[in-house]
Amino acid sequence: MISFGIPYLAVVGLILIGLFALVFKKNLIKMVIGITIIESGVNLFLITLGYREGSIAPIYTSSPGGIMSLPVPQALTLTSIVIGVAVLALMLSLVIHIYRHYGTLNVNKIAEGEK
Amino acid sequence: MNFLPVPPEYIPVLIVAIPLFGAFLTPIISRINGKVRNIFAISILGITGFLVFWLSTEIFTNNMIYTYVFGGDSNVIGSGNSAYAIRILFEVDSFGIFMAIIAIIVAFIGTLYSYSYMKKETGLDKYYTLILLMTAGMMGMLLTGDLFNFFVFLEITGISSAALVAFWIDKKYAVEAGFKYIIISAIGALFVLLAIALLYGQYNALNMSVLANTITNFNLIDQIILILLFSALAMKAGIVPMHMWLPDAYGRAPASISIMLVGATLSSLYAVFRVIFTLYGKVFLSVSIQTLEFVTTANILGGFIVLLAVLTMLVGVIMALKQNNLKRLIAFAALAEIGYMILGLGIRLAAKSVIYDTEGTAISILNPAYTQAALTGSIFHILNDALDVGLLFLVAGAIYYATKETSLDRMGGLARNMKYTTIFFLIGLFAMSGMPPLNGFASKIIIYESAYQLSPLVSIIAILSSIMLLACFVKVFHSAFLGPKQPHLKNVKEVPKTMLVAMGLIAILIIIIGLFPNLVIENAVKPTVDAILNNTAYISAIIGGA
Repeated sequence: MISFGIPYLAVVGLILIGLFALVFKKNLIKMVIGITIIESGVNLFLITLGYREGSIAPIYTSSPGGIMSLPVPQALTLTSIVIGVAVLALMLSLVIHIYRHYGTLNVNKIAEGEK
Repeated sequence: MNFLPVPPEYIPVLIVAIPLFGAFLTPIISRINGKVRNIFAISILGITGFLVFWLSTEIFTNNMIYTYVFGGDSNVIGSGNSAYAIRILFEVDSFGIFMAIIAIIVAFIGTLYSYSYMKKETGLDKYYTLILLMTAGMMGMLLTGDLFNFFVFLEITGISSAALVAFWIDKKYAVEAGFKYIIISAIGALFVLLAIALLYGQYNALNMSVLANTITNFNLIDQIILILLFSALAMKAGIVPMHMWLPDAYGRAPASISIMLVGATLSSLYAVFRVIFTLYGKVFLSVSIQTLEFVTTANILGGFIVLLAVLTMLVGVIMALKQNNLKRLIAFAALAEIGYMILGLGIRLAAKSVIYDTEGTAISILNPAYTQAALTGSIFHILNDALDVGLLFLVAGAIYYATKETSLDRMGGLARNMKYTTIFFLIGLFAMSGMPPLNGFASKIIIYESAYQLSPLVSIIAILSSIMLLACFVKVFHSAFLGPKQPHLKNVKEVPKTMLVAMGLIAILIIIIGLFPNLVIENAVKPTVDAILNNTAYISAIIGGA
């Protein structure tokens, strides 16, 4: 029972770490990393929802029998990972352009440069 | 009707598929030349718009719900008690198609406007690809009946609009605004996904109808999910205090993109309505006496939303008053307008009350009649706001195109050289600040009236905000269009015809809606409000007779 709860604790931990990085870190790259950590947390949550202890992959053809994992959350996670990569790429490319314009990645210095 | 080459049940999916395929064809088409590509993008949106309008007439007149099931011909798998609605499907009711009309209008006008406005830019094949992708994303958000599908379309809209906000990559503010927008939409979408995962874990379903049918007791998990969904979507809809990205994104993007961002923001607002009234319909809409305990919940949430609405209006107009940059000023005014839209939503929930008999036992739950009016005004205002704000953004873009100036201090006397733009600005100004006989007045008066019945104070703040909006825009009109001609603006010319046509189309719509508001309310807004309030029909369209 305790072992079953650990992934959920990890989910909460990951989301909180991500939010912490997002709110308190001044470096744009670290903020992007924060978002990626939140995303990992959410993906882990989806996977954990469908996982049963000792289960096998949900492939019916010549299956050895036994408990199968729920395939839907895995499909959702796969989609979510693909979307996450696209968002990550766009965020990082914008960070590159911000660095070209401002010469810094520090949020405070960028805000000063605005004036 | 027979003149369409496809059966009507395929139209919901075509509305999303046509812009999506158009998006990926655009880079190939632009190999031919720029003109063909622009016309291709405009015609793709034209075809989509035609399909949306056709579907809307069907849905509004018959008050029916269209469904399209991917990879199957039935909404459910199995039958009777073992029927599971696990297929991905589109479910189009009056509310969805009403918002789709708004989204396609802003997308079409934005693209038409881009024809001349963006002519001198490079990288336009990517620009039009992203525009079509964004349209497909918005349409998907509005038409889908599946929550995970909604998340995917939310991300498609977010990614493509962030890239478009940062389209002027050589301007540092544009890049910064784009970065802010992608951060906001990534966080928003992740929390929506977390809420969807919680719903799936709790109820083992992703279909909105099935979930709406199951969420009845509003336990702790339901409350957490509601908070996650509401705050994430409210952030994407730009409601105060999560509005910081909105003026940047609206103000720094090209004008043709600003108007489309209005559409994207309103799509998120649609999702807020959809979550509260459809997903949690059995909690917030029910008037059965068994749901007595939910009345307080509804009142608290409603009061909270009214508070947010008042804050949004006040912050929007106060910030707009001190702006010097024309597009940022309009962006803050657009923020204030969002306040009016959620005001109606808040009133509906806050006014729900219990009627007691003489012994003090509850006998029935009542939604006062004015709450229906509040919702009507709110929905009507979504349409009017998209047009008014859109027109003003296009005018700001036209001024930028002609003068290359964004600051109000460096403009002046433009009315002499740009007479059509001046007329369009005046129309936008009066419509936005709720002056009769234009469309902003028609919806704002309904909101004022119903807000007055809830609390006169809210109504006073709403009217005050409108007056302050008028003050802001009179200032803009005075400093940009009147006054002596600035020496460096001597050779300013009127903008090209396609831009004028785009602005003119919106202006005509504004005037028509302003002169005949009842026509729109009776034929489009009433069915929409009915669809919002009738979540039983939404549920039974999928799982039948529940």
